[in-house]
Amino acid sequence: MTALEFSLILFVTSIAAGLLGALSGLGGGVVIVPLLTLIFRVDIHYAIGASLVSVIATSSGAAAAYVREGFSNIRVGMFLEIATTLGALVGAWLTTRVPTHAIGIVFGVVLLYSAFTALKQHHEVITQRPDPLALRLRLAGSLPIGPDTHQDYVAQRVPAGFGLMTVAGTLSGLLGIGSGAVKVIAMDQAMRLPFKVSTTTSNFMIGVTAAASAGLYLRSGYLAPALAMPVMLGVLLGSLIGSRLLVRIHVRTLKIVFALVIVALGVEMIVNSLSGKL
Amino acid sequence: MNATDNPPEHWTDHRIETWVGVMLRTGVMLAAAIVLTGGILYLAHNGGRRPDYSHFHAEPAQFTTLSGVLHGVAVLNPECIIMLGLLVLIATPVARVVMCIVGFQFEGDRLYVAISTVVLAILLYSLFLHR
Repeated sequence: MTALEFSLILFVTSIAAGLLGALSGLGGGVVIVPLLTLIFRVDIHYAIGASLVSVIATSSGAAAAYVREGFSNIRVGMFLEIATTLGALVGAWLTTRVPTHAIGIVFGVVLLYSAFTALKQHHEVITQRPDPLALRLRLAGSLPIGPDTHQDYVAQRVPAGFGLMTVAGTLSGLLGIGSGAVKVIAMDQAMRLPFKVSTTTSNFMIGVTAAASAGLYLRSGYLAPALAMPVMLGVLLGSLIGSRLLVRIHVRTLKIVFALVIVALGVEMIVNSLSGKL
Repeated sequence: MNATDNPPEHWTDHRIETWVGVMLRTGVMLAAAIVLTGGILYLAHNGGRRPDYSHFHAEPAQFTTLSGVLHGVAVLNPECIIMLGLLVLIATPVARVVMCIVGFQFEGDRLYVAISTVVLAILLYSLFLHR
């Protein structure tokens, strides 16, 4: 295979990953590492480097669209970014220490967990109960739910949310992914923020979190330019197309299909890691 | 204290976000354009044999330091041009935090100026010092 063919195949695959990631809400980054390592036989360190830059591209590329909807909460995002960036520092440091097969196993488990959360039925519990710590940190807001109608919300269980965000950041730094699934759990389940606030704020946070791992990835030589190029351009293009198509497609079916793909990749990652083939 | 008691503040937050959204999109498009330029040059020069990524051997210093990348860009090294695009991309979320600090300062929200500054400090530490 020539470099041109290799780049083109990677580019097309990455468009598909970005497209499915945007349509399913799971993010394209989560499938990039397993695709690169399992199918293209790329070392996991180069794979997480390429994945991390595509995660930043997707997050920043989608931001303008999310802002227009007016759901994201910059205070919640900024406060929790203290946790995710600190976690990312730890995670990025761990990639330089932890053996490859261990990274592969953790990755497989995270994939299975992401698929599970994507398929789980969602129950929204919005609360206005005045949580003293949340109010002192101004972690409250109001969500537009119709013309001239707003739903007020106040964050709950701030320490639990902060703790989960540290975990999300660590996984992001260790695996080169956005860990959107864990971020949404922290905001949606632990802090009881409205689902739309959780998902859009999470998107904003993903870029900042990933940037906190990028420096160490760069210095450790994980960013291979010729490999990152088609992946980053492809995922970005795919996710931009995906966010335009989003309104016209039946998301539920697609989510199930994509979740099954993720389960298959997760199992494959774990099996290959255990047998030392990764 | 109820969040809807002060709508002007909500509006200002939204303005910060709109600003930031435009900056992020511009940054990402600039980064993509640089990466694409470097990529086309790379494939024009090295279209034949593809590098082997199956075993990790850290990328050379030319690609792992800012000065290495900039020296490479000066002599139009395609891979260094791609790296420059990636560095622009990595800088977009950092710029976002800086803009939030300025925005919160305009709002007079000292607490969030401080919180954003902590995030910026962690980012700068990670980009320049973290080992």
